[in-house]
Amino acid sequence: MRAWLWSHVDAFAGTLARLARTPVATLLNVGVLGIALALPAGFYVVLANIQGYASAFAADPRLSVFVKIGTPQKQTRDIETRLQQHSAVRSVRYIPRDDALKQLAERTGLGDVAASLAENPLPDAFVVEPRDAAPQALERLRDELRDWPNVAQVELDAQWARRLEAGLALARLAVLLLAALFAFALVAVTFNTIRLQILTRREEIEVAKLIGATDPFIRRPLLYFGSLQGLAGGLAAWAIVAVSLCLMNDGLAALSQLYGTRIELQQLGIQDGLSLLFFAAVLGWLGAWLSVNQHLARLDLH
Amino acid sequence: MISFSKVWKRYPGGLEALRNITLAIEPGEMVFITGHSGAGKSTFLKLAAAIERPTGGSIIVNGQNIGAMRPGAVPYLRRNFGLVFQDQKLLFDRNAFDNVMLPLHINGFDRREAARRVRAALDKVGLLAKEKALPITLSGGEQQRLAIARAVVHRPAILLADEPTGNLDAGHATDIGELFRSFHQVGVTVVIATHDEALAARLQPRVVALKSGAVVS
Repeated sequence: MRAWLWSHVDAFAGTLARLARTPVATLLNVGVLGIALALPAGFYVVLANIQGYASAFAADPRLSVFVKIGTPQKQTRDIETRLQQHSAVRSVRYIPRDDALKQLAERTGLGDVAASLAENPLPDAFVVEPRDAAPQALERLRDELRDWPNVAQVELDAQWARRLEAGLALARLAVLLLAALFAFALVAVTFNTIRLQILTRREEIEVAKLIGATDPFIRRPLLYFGSLQGLAGGLAAWAIVAVSLCLMNDGLAALSQLYGTRIELQQLGIQDGLSLLFFAAVLGWLGAWLSVNQHLARLDLH
Repeated sequence: MISFSKVWKRYPGGLEALRNITLAIEPGEMVFITGHSGAGKSTFLKLAAAIERPTGGSIIVNGQNIGAMRPGAVPYLRRNFGLVFQDQKLLFDRNAFDNVMLPLHINGFDRREAARRVRAALDKVGLLAKEKALPITLSGGEQQRLAIARAVVHRPAILLADEPTGNLDAGHATDIGELFRSFHQVGVTVVIATHDEALAARLQPRVVALKSGAVVS
């Protein structure tokens, strides 16, 4: 048992030493693996971010009911009463046009523009929270309210979020396909690296076999090589994604400030990052395993 | 210890390297396999170490039939042997110490014990001072002694050597011969394929002469 453990420690240490002995080749290989993994991982992070924003909106669908400009105060009140009594409506919030303009000026930094307007272009509005969030119920309610007198327009706030959600589902599929392709690339790159390892270490493998090395003993360092290289590629990918997001956040901060909000992309979570490393190592191992099986048999050793 | 019974070895292409060899080597014996090049000396050693399989007949080593062996069992059989190859097969990317360490590494020895044994083996062949040297910097005789150190470091019961004095001058060949004599004296079964008659005259072993793949004496 102890000997077995030592042989693993030896294989591990020997592999690290071997990787360190050819730093340029190692860096290039790890770089290729890192880039291959960074692409799907990066898209995944951006998608997760967009999804976070989208779900915040999509969760509680609302209807915005805009009253025709110039409608007398009394009629506007009538609409509010009617809405409150409607069976499909859970709650109603009235936003007078003056408040709406004030909010616009405060929130978006367009105060100068608002002040320069001769008259308020915004209508009175109601934010309606429906009892039933099902798409068909929402659309039915929207169509009904649209026909009421003095109602200029009814908008389903959640609609864009739904469209976004559908788009995101498509994008998720694209990320999955991308990940599968690059996983294949990782296995292929490892396969070739291990093939070269076997060729350069041919003599050592031959002698070791002649003096009583078992197949697992010969495979072990090669499998470690594949896994470690994959793991290093995973780490490189994580670093690439993290640095890219940092750079993008700087740009986004400047951009979103112009719109008066603050959007920030979240980094890859610890759990996702660890999964990335795990899969990179497993794929590296798989590439090495395939290569070892192919090429050791072809060496035709006795 | 090693027993050949009606062994034939035919290579693809029709070359018959060994014909109907029946031979038993007892534990602790020293045997020289002699004959011209192509007489089948190397093939005999390769069959004994399960590097090749016989075409016919049976070979029993340590009670195991080599012809019927699972591939997975071969490595464990080989650990009973110390092999000295005709072309030495030293690894030129590592120093003398690490070359001799390889069999112990494969056998899963404890490291401290392994290092002690490596130094003992290097001392035995007179290379202790050169443990850090790369094989390429060693002379022909030193390389041969390093190969012997690697073959005996795990204290095998059987030592198989193929032309161990082949490329050496008389002085070095004598040293090598004394090494084999000392292993034989501590009970190791020694089988040497050679055409070095001077060596045979000095060590007085049992001699098996091969000619065209058959035993002639």
